[in-house]
Amino acid sequence: MVEIKECLRVRDLQAYYGESHVLHGVDFHVQRGEVVTLLGRNGSGRTTTLRSLMGLVGRRSGSIRIDGKEVIDLAPHKIARLGVGYCPEERGIFSSLSCEENLLLPPEVAPGGMSIAQVYQLFPNLQERAASQGTRLSGGEQQMLAIGRILRTGARILLLDEISEGLAPVIVQTLDRAIRALKQQGYTIVLVEQNFHFAAPLADRFYVMEHGQIVEGFEARDLESKMSMLHEFLGV
Amino acid sequence: MQHLTKFAWGAGVVLLLVAPYLGLYPVLLMKILCFALFACAFNLLLGFTGLLSFGHAMFFGSAGYVTGYAMKAWGVTPEIGLLLGTAVAALGGLLVGALAIRRQGIYFAMITLALSQMVFFILLRAPFTGGEDGLQGVPRGWLLGSIDLSNDLAMYYFAVAVFTFGFLAIWRIVNSPFGHILKAIRENEARAVSLGYDASRFKLLAFVLSAALAGLAGALKVLVLGVETLTDAHWHTSGEVVLMTLMGGVGTLLGPVIGASAVVGIQSELADKVGSWVPIIMGVIFVICVLSFRKGIVGELASVLTPSRGREHSEPGVSPSARGSVARLK
Amino acid sequence: MEVFGIPAQAWLGQILLGLMNGSFYAVLSLGLAVIFGLLNIINFNHGALYMLGAFCAWLGLNYLNIGYWWSLLLAPLVVGAFGMVLERTLLRRLYELDHIYGLLLTFGLALIIEGLFRHFFGVAGQPYPVPEALMGATDLGFMVLPTYRAWVVAASLAICLLTWFIIEKTRLGSYLRAGTENAKLVQAFGVNVPLMISLTYGAGVALAAFAGVLAAPVIQISPLMGSNIIIVVFAVVVIGGMGSILGSIMTGLGLGVIEGLTKVVYPEASATILFVIMALVLLLRPAGLFGREA
Repeated sequence: MVEIKECLRVRDLQAYYGESHVLHGVDFHVQRGEVVTLLGRNGSGRTTTLRSLMGLVGRRSGSIRIDGKEVIDLAPHKIARLGVGYCPEERGIFSSLSCEENLLLPPEVAPGGMSIAQVYQLFPNLQERAASQGTRLSGGEQQMLAIGRILRTGARILLLDEISEGLAPVIVQTLDRAIRALKQQGYTIVLVEQNFHFAAPLADRFYVMEHGQIVEGFEARDLESKMSMLHEFLGV
Repeated sequence: MQHLTKFAWGAGVVLLLVAPYLGLYPVLLMKILCFALFACAFNLLLGFTGLLSFGHAMFFGSAGYVTGYAMKAWGVTPEIGLLLGTAVAALGGLLVGALAIRRQGIYFAMITLALSQMVFFILLRAPFTGGEDGLQGVPRGWLLGSIDLSNDLAMYYFAVAVFTFGFLAIWRIVNSPFGHILKAIRENEARAVSLGYDASRFKLLAFVLSAALAGLAGALKVLVLGVETLTDAHWHTSGEVVLMTLMGGVGTLLGPVIGASAVVGIQSELADKVGSWVPIIMGVIFVICVLSFRKGIVGELASVLTPSRGREHSEPGVSPSARGSVARLK
Repeated sequence: MEVFGIPAQAWLGQILLGLMNGSFYAVLSLGLAVIFGLLNIINFNHGALYMLGAFCAWLGLNYLNIGYWWSLLLAPLVVGAFGMVLERTLLRRLYELDHIYGLLLTFGLALIIEGLFRHFFGVAGQPYPVPEALMGATDLGFMVLPTYRAWVVAASLAICLLTWFIIEKTRLGSYLRAGTENAKLVQAFGVNVPLMISLTYGAGVALAAFAGVLAAPVIQISPLMGSNIIIVVFAVVVIGGMGSILGSIMTGLGLGVIEGLTKVVYPEASATILFVIMALVLLLRPAGLFGREA
């Protein structure tokens, strides 16, 4: 029997940027091996939620448990070391490093990370561009690089922020295939996505955010019945 | 609050006018006035335009030398002497400003520091400055040809008049449309430029005005004290004026005056007692101000008396748009 | 042999002297660049810490019987550790603010450190003996080469190249370079960035102290030696721009040589030549010779 573990549990997460109260008590959970999608309009707090999970938001309160461990007060590097990989919305490719240097940069946080060969198998374009300066890569290549580099670290929980944004359909297909492959290998993935059509076929569960709170949560099998609600919230 | 401010201003003016009769030593008061003007001129650049110059001593000192020499060697009247010193400082401000404005932020500060060091060397070697010994025996002259300024009381009121002129000039500049554009540039230069303002021109003009008024302060000081030394052009003096402004309150009108009074007061009190500890004490005060007292005396008082000021006043005077990369996630 | 009426010996001697001074400029501007790159702070007390390094060597020799060679290793370690303490306790609080406050803080610290040393040691210079192994000179035929000066240039180049290597070619260096661009993201990858920052500051400061020990036998060790040199180093940094490590090194050396040559050709200008060059560079190429941003 496979033991299903609750890998990520967030309770009453509040977050502030300076004086702005951005998250007003976010509650959700993610089980090991699941792909969960955070849907919502721009400004609903999805990116802030991911950043709070990573410890990148200045002021936060509430509870975030990763594999049962409370991490609300931990520094980002300690959270990463628990096996969390973060792919920011702006991708964050370093211009002073080559493509391959970018790929090799993040240190190993847990055993079992992909080798470079395996990353190149997932994203062949990166191998061709290995020596190019990081920021000379196209948008799609940069996105693949951003995902590829956290796969090398051994992180099993992936936080992916808007990975399909602004990319050509061909690249989006590559990303779709990659996420499916990762899902098969048992990665736990939290996906923040504007592009509903990209996220829908991949996710096991959906959450909808609005004004810094989770307002809806449902399983993939209930997607059909929730379409009108989604249309109202997101204009899908 | 309005009435309190007006009352305070009024009281201040009265105090200034009767101070010599209260037993306060007029030469010390005049020295304070000179440094207060110097600090106010500096604050015009730092607090209201957002530019940190680390070389203002070059204007303060060179104007002092020019005025001192003019008074001593050419026997001009004090108002002409002041004019000459101020003009030279303004010219210097134009030249230095034109070069320094090309870079931003910290580079700007470094360039002003380096150029002021160059001026220091020039003053050290120039024949008319008296080198390491400085300029001695500078006469105060006859104001408008008829008032003998060697009388301390007469000199005092002249100094008050000059200071008031400089202070009012700054007040006028800050509250004018020009001053508002400077503030806009300080807050967000890119936005000001996108609105059509040639930011460099405005910054340069602010720099020249600041240099000229700093020069006026230096010129006044040589009249007050009768001597001019290289210390006034040394970068320690540049640092001192930063301290005075920081301690008093960057971006406030009264702050530099209070800061200057405090620093000059502390220095003259401690000079005989603990001599070589003075720079160390100044350094400690500097560090404390930077770490936990950034609003300065006037800034802290203002926030105590008017508690519901928005966030924009939390770091007065220094550009809020330039934050360290260590703090940002791009 | 004469060039422009001045004997070759004088030229070459000044070039070597210029290379030596340039080595100090290079090591110091390298330390500043390393600190500025990651912390975005212009370390005004770099000069004071250079002085501290020299004094460590002097105090070590006169009170603890620690010789030159040990000082070369220990002084940077001691001063570097001191720098890390400063970063941890004081500088760290200012990262969220405008860069200017970091500059002001380090300026204040410079005043304190120099003030303390001036109080206890006065302004008179203290001598420091050239170590035995490096005494004397070699006659190369066309010029006489003082051994110590050649050593200074060699040691400085070595340390600069070592620093360059660490930054450009090692994993730690890639963390540093990435951290310069986006420190929080590097932290999100699991790198202990706060520790890295402390170490970087310590290393930058250790470089200054190293230069101080190297300088000890050639310059009178005085509390003022720091402020005398720091302003020149600032000019070097403005001229070079802070865009590249190699750029800082080459600019430092080059300007040292130019300064030396000026002393031969037109001595009165030697104190101001660098500032004049700085003014020219600002007019023609404001970003600096190797600078990246305008």
